[in-house]
Parts: sequence; structure tokens; C-alpha cells
Amino acid sequence: MTALIYIFIAIVSAIAIWQVTNIFNLKGVIATERDNNTQGYLFAAFGVFFYVLMIYCLVAYNVVLLPESASVEGEHYDNLYVITMLLILFVQAITQFLLFYFAFKYRGKKGTKALFYADSHKLELLWTGVPTIVLSVLVIYGLWAWNNFMDVSDAERPLIIEVYAKQFSWEARYAGEDQTLGRANVRNIKGINTMGVDMTDKNTQDDVPTRILHLPKGRQVIFKFRSQDVLHSAYMPHFRAQMNCVPGMITQFSFTPKLTTEEMRVNEATVAKVAGINKIRKEKGEDPYEFDYLLLCNKICGSSHYNMQMKIVVQEEAAFNSWLKSQKTFAQVLH
Amino acid sequence: MSAHHHKQTFVTKYIFSTDHKMISKQYLVTGIFMGIVGVLMSMMFRLQIAWPDHSFTLIEAFLGPHQEDGVMTPDMYLALVTIHGTIMVFFVLTAGLSGTFSNLLIPLQIGARDMASGFLNMVSYWLFFLSSLLMLISLFVEAGPAAAGWTIYPPLSALPQAMPGSGMGMTLWLISMAIFIASSLLGSLNYIVTVLNLRTVGMKMTRLPLTIWTFFVTAIIGVVSFPVLLSAALLLIFDRSFGTSFFLSDIFINGEVLHYQGGSPVLFEHLFWFLGHPEVYIVLLPALGITSEVISTNSRKPIFGYRAMIASIIAIAFLSTVVWGHHMFVSGMNPFLGSVFTFTTLLIAIPSAVKSFNYLTTLWKGNLQMNPAMLFSIGLVSTFITGGLTGLVLGDSALDINVHDTYFVVAHFHLVMGVSAIYGMFAGVYHWFPKMYGRMMSKTLGYWHFWITAVAAYGVFFPMHFVGLAGLPRRYYNNTAFPLFDDVQDINIVITLFAILGGLAQIIFLANFFMSIYRGKKATQNPWKSNTLEWTTPVEHIHGNWPGKIPEVHRWPYDYSKPGWDEDFVPQNTPLKEGEEPS
Repeated sequence: MTALIYIFIAIVSAIAIWQVTNIFNLKGVIATERDNNTQGYLFAAFGVFFYVLMIYCLVAYNVVLLPESASVEGEHYDNLYVITMLLILFVQAITQFLLFYFAFKYRGKKGTKALFYADSHKLELLWTGVPTIVLSVLVIYGLWAWNNFMDVSDAERPLIIEVYAKQFSWEARYAGEDQTLGRANVRNIKGINTMGVDMTDKNTQDDVPTRILHLPKGRQVIFKFRSQDVLHSAYMPHFRAQMNCVPGMITQFSFTPKLTTEEMRVNEATVAKVAGINKIRKEKGEDPYEFDYLLLCNKICGSSHYNMQMKIVVQEEAAFNSWLKSQKTFAQVLH
Repeated sequence: MSAHHHKQTFVTKYIFSTDHKMISKQYLVTGIFMGIVGVLMSMMFRLQIAWPDHSFTLIEAFLGPHQEDGVMTPDMYLALVTIHGTIMVFFVLTAGLSGTFSNLLIPLQIGARDMASGFLNMVSYWLFFLSSLLMLISLFVEAGPAAAGWTIYPPLSALPQAMPGSGMGMTLWLISMAIFIASSLLGSLNYIVTVLNLRTVGMKMTRLPLTIWTFFVTAIIGVVSFPVLLSAALLLIFDRSFGTSFFLSDIFINGEVLHYQGGSPVLFEHLFWFLGHPEVYIVLLPALGITSEVISTNSRKPIFGYRAMIASIIAIAFLSTVVWGHHMFVSGMNPFLGSVFTFTTLLIAIPSAVKSFNYLTTLWKGNLQMNPAMLFSIGLVSTFITGGLTGLVLGDSALDINVHDTYFVVAHFHLVMGVSAIYGMFAGVYHWFPKMYGRMMSKTLGYWHFWITAVAAYGVFFPMHFVGLAGLPRRYYNNTAFPLFDDVQDINIVITLFAILGGLAQIIFLANFFMSIYRGKKATQNPWKSNTLEWTTPVEHIHGNWPGKIPEVHRWPYDYSKPGWDEDFVPQNTPLKEGEEPS
């Protein structure tokens, strides 16, 4: 495939250079009937190229896409996504066909005259009205899903986690038994207190710091995001979750993990994707890859923006609870 | 007016000219030069994305201290994407596109001797020139040019400790942009005043060619939104240099707490996108205007739904100023605002759909003359639809969450405003080259240019959507830290190969353009058999445009293939026949 494209480029460059040396022949300047004919056919051919490219990408690249949502809320994301994509592909297929077909079919011919057709309120009403109706449906479902993501007021016994971003790593802390995160501010950062927690606040004592994010399956998690220096964005693509981390303010996002890491590893789409990745890695002589959820930075934040990640482990709730118990609280770490 | 009898020196004719036609050419050539710089940068960072850690002589030759053995540094990578974005959006597609064609066409198509203020027009160009120069100089400062992304979000752009590009490079970027905005405002005010006041007898607003409508509305959007970016830039300069805290708060960096307190980067995002989103339409509308004109002329058919087109231009312009928040769905702003901006954003799809279908209907049953300008215009309609449709994903707050800032966005906006606007610009150059230089461009080279570009553009940006859908964030120096993305690397290579192909194709254009200026076939007065007034002026440029009286206008500009006429075009200055309905 790659070699073919190299050859293709070489040929095209050669033709280009040949054409450029032909530059002194600048006589042809206005399209003749023959040009109209040739270009009309080229548009038809381009239309074919366009559809082939589109279908090839949709089929061949399907495997690289993200697997099904690993969060409960993300299911609505996936539904909305599928509906929108089907609509896009439908409109795309029809309009592009018409465009290339018209360019081919109505290529200029001597002796023909174009139709003088300047207006039709009926047609215009049609293509104002139909998009309006279709868009209303998208907007309504979209807004419902959006509120579903963003509204955490009805969360039952949510797990509260603070995610803390800095150039170029992530940290996190759990709110602990009291379900309340202690105060924190960059002015408290000192030594091993890298998150700037306020140890005079009693809510801080039972907070649990971590560098690997563990999440319980089936329990709603409310993330509070802070940043130490510049803008970052906490992006968890498998959960359809993203929120910027803004210095000087706390932002939040919430979701309920649906599939544990183990379950996702045996998910059909994940298996296919990982197999594809490992085939490539084997060719390059690299270690095999095992699937893990990730949180990665998705807002330009400096030189090492491209390597700012934190591993996420989703476990059954019992396993999660015993993991959390085994971790040291700030009271134990900092005193 | 007998200005053309004045003796003109080289300086007043070619350098400090107040003639709109000369200023237009100055804009075009400067824009093309900046375009070459911007495209070369994209070639370099595409090489890095496709083959990280591979040594390239090109990079070794160009990047000096910012590379090691032919591999660019991460900071230089970010600088390249930043300056590529800045140059393409502002210097090529705003000044290069609007500056060139508004200046050339507004006086010629409305029937005016020149712009309302030739002097302001000249000042506008030279400010643009100065800002281009500063932007280019910023490439050579020691720590490297600005690198915080073309959106220059603070605190990254505000703190030299955060990245090397936020030092002197950022200062020059801000000064350059401030001057650019001044230039753009002077130009826009001139365009608005000229269109409102200097139309010839009979040229009602409802008889203006759609090109003029788009330039006029674009200028209004520019006047409304560019000052806001200027204030954002000034406040950022204050934060950077004078210790204020407009955008900064609670920052700990390089082992120390900074004094800033109470500011918010989100405020900057609001100010930036209050220009940033209308900017998309500042770039796109003139391209759509050019396309309307070119498609109608070359289809030998009236543009379909002239009044609906005007209505959609105005609707798009209005909506464009109330949708900026869709760039900020995950910025941490109140989710309710997200809902509002989703609603206004998806509304834009309606006038956009009207425009697309009107173009299709204009082609229907036409007698298409496949001149190079026409090919680019048809290409624009295609990329505008492809790119516009994915806007349904990004404009919907819920769906934006997971594709925000990924390559999906990059693919979307490059198609809908990058490629589309560039196609519009090419269409304009091929179409009005005879008006600018009195000579014609070669159609054969134009055809090669179009077809290679068209294949390359889709080859680059269609697969790119999938890289984004796989979750790969934009502005990553490489993705080797994530085995998860190993399988998109092949797609990245394909994209880069097509990008190189597309870059090479532009050499054909450059050769055609510069050779045709000197050796092109002499143009006739109205080579495309067009209706608009610019084709009633003599081929040789004269100051004041028309040797005698300015022609009067009796009809709209789209009487192509009108029943009852022998020719398939009826110029706007042709009096009505007896019994003919005025339009």
C-alpha cells in the first residue's frame, strides 16, 4: 500500500515537472467544448474515487475506532453518535452524488442553452424546512444527553475523586470516608504535598492520594478537576468523558463505569483492535500491548503534552473497596 | 477624474499606491508568499507525525537550533502547528483572500472609481505587510516562535516558564496580531463605506453581485468581532508584561507560586472565540461569494435563489456571532451555556444547507463551462458539504465531549473552512487574473493543479476523521507513548503522503501564476462572457477604472441564458428591452 503511494507520488511529480517545463505553452486559456467533455468525465471519475475512498475508510478503519462505551452515560453518546453519523452519511451520499452527476451530465455543449431558472419558493421552503425538522430532533436528543452527562444532582452515594493536572503528569485523590475533599491550593505545595492539600482541614485527613486511578464498576463517580499551572484537559475516551482542568477553578464531570478493565479486554472490538496493534508491534519487535483504560491530556500544555497520561483501572466494587482500604490516607502520608 | 494623466513614479505606482487594483495585487502576492511559508510548515510537521524520530534533511536545513540530527524538537513541533494555523487563518485566508478580492472587486463591481478612502486602503495594506514581517521575524527569535497553539490560551501563552515559545516569540505574535487587526479594521471600514455610498446609478443593494454581498457582510463581521480579539491580546500583554491577573490565578510552576490571583483563562477563551468563530465565516463567506459568481457565470445560468442566498449570508453572519461557546463545551463553563450554544450552532446548518442546495440547483440543467475557476468552485461545494456535515457532531455539546480537540476536529475545520476557502481563493485567482494582470492563466496547468489538489485534499482529510474517532488528540508531537494508537500510524503515513502530494501540486499553481503575469496570453475585455461591471473596464489598468462615464446599471447580475436574448449573457449595464421585466 505504502509503496504504491510512493510510486504514485513519483509519477505525479514527474508529470508535474514535465508540465512545468511545458509552461511556455500558455496558449490554451478558455475551456473549449473538448475541455468541458474531458473535465465532465473527470468529475464522474472523481465521484467514483470519492465514494471508493469513503467506503474504504469506513470499512478498513473501522477497527481502529474506540470500542463501545465503558460508561453507562456513554451509551447515550454512542446512540446519538450513530444516529448523527447515519444522517451525515445519508445526506453526504446524496448531495455529493448530485454534485458530481450534475458536473458530468450538464458539461457544456455547443448549441445548448442553459435553463433560465432563477427561483422556486417551493424548493427553497423544502430545503429550509426539512433540515429544520431533522435538526430539531438532533438538538432535542443532544440536549437531553448533555444534561444527562452534566447534571449530577440526583447521584446516589457518588464516589468523589479529585483529578489534579500539572506539566506533565496526573495525580488524583479520593474523598475518603467522609465523602468530602479537603481544601487545597497551590500555595500549600511543599515537598511531598504535591497536590497542595490543606492539612489543617479535617476533611483532608482521610483523603487518599493515588497515581493510578481505580474506579468501581456500577457506582457513579464525580470527578473534580484542578490544574496546577496551565490548561490541561482530562480526556477519558473509552468513557466518552472529557473536561478541561483550569488553574484557579474547579471543574467537574461524572460518569458511571460500566465495564471493568477485565471485561473490556475481552470485548470483541477491543480484542480485534489489540490484535491489530500487536501485529504491528511484533513487526517492529516491540513488547505486546495489553489493553488498559487511560486518562490523557487533550489540551496543549507544553513540550511533553504528548506524553501526559494516567492509567485507569475499573474493578468490581468489592475489589475496589479493598484496594482503597489498602491505600494510605494523607494523614498517614504527610504526618 | 483624470488621475491617470498624473505622472506616477515607480514608488507611487507599485509601492505606496492608493489604487485599489494595485493594492489588491499587493495583498495577493503577500498572501501567496505567506501561504508558501504556512504550507511548508505543514509539510514539516506532517513528516514528524508520520515518521517520528526519523532524520530529514529538510528539517535539518530549515530548523537550525530547533532540531537534532534532522528531528525537530517537541517545542518546535508545537511552534510549527501554531504558526501554520496563525498564518493560514489570518494572513492567507483573511488578508490574502478578503484583502485581494474585496479590494479588486468592490469598486469594479459596484461601479466606483476607487475605494472610499484610497489612503486608508494603502495604510491598511502596509499595516498588514508590517504584521506579516513581524510574524516572520518571530520565527527567528532564539527560544523559537509562539507555540501555544493558534488559540494562544493562557496561562500557557502567558508564562515564559511554561514553554520556550511563550517568551519573545509570543510577544512578537501579539504585536503582529494587534497590527494585523488594525489593518483589518481599516480595510473593513473602507469596504463597508464604499459599498454603501459609492454604488453607480441603478446599482440597488438587490442588484449587487453575491461577491459584493459576502465582502460587505464579512467586513461587518470583522468590525464587530476583531476589536474583541484586540482587547484580549492587550489584556494578555498586560498579564505577561505588567503583572495583572486578567486570565491568571493560582499558579505553581517551576517550583514557585506566582502572585496571580482572581483571573480566569475561561474569560480569555470567551474573548478569543468571540472573534475566533466569526473568523471562520470571515474566511469562508468571501470564498462562497466568489463561488456564487463563478458557478453562475460558468453554468451560464442565474444563481438559484438570489434573495435566499442574501438571506442566508446575513443569517450566517448573525448566527456566527452567537455560537462561539461551541469551542468551549468542555472548558468548564456552565453546562447551561453549553445547551444554548448547541442550539444556536445547529441553527447555522439551516442557512448552510440552503446555500449548498442552491449551488446544486444552479448547476442543474446548466451549460457548464469547465474553466479552472469552475472546477475549484465545484470542488468547494464538495468540501463545504463534507466538512459542514461533521459540524453536526462537533456542534452538538453531548457529541463534542469525546471528539473535542482530537484529529476529528482538525479534519472538520480543514475541509469546511481551510480547503473550501483556499478553493474559493484559487477560483477567484483563475477567474479574475485577466482583470488583475491583463493576461490569462494557462487552463491546462489549472486543470492539473485542481485535480491533484482535489485528490490530495480528500486523501489527507477524509482518513483524518478516523484518527480522531480513534481518540488521538491533536497537537501531539508523536503518539509513541500510547500503544493504544499504534494502529493509526499507518493512516498518519497515508495522510502525510497525500499532504506532500498536495503541497507539490501548488508548485504548478505558482509556476502558472508567475509565468502568466509575464508570458500569459493577452486577455480580452470579457473573457468569461460575464455580466458584472468589472468586465466593462478596459484591460489595461487606469486610475479611475472607466475612461469615460461610469456605466449605469439596469438589471441584476445574473441574466444568463435569458429567454429572448441571442447571447447567453446580458451585462448589467444593458438597458431593458421594451416590455422586459426589471430585476
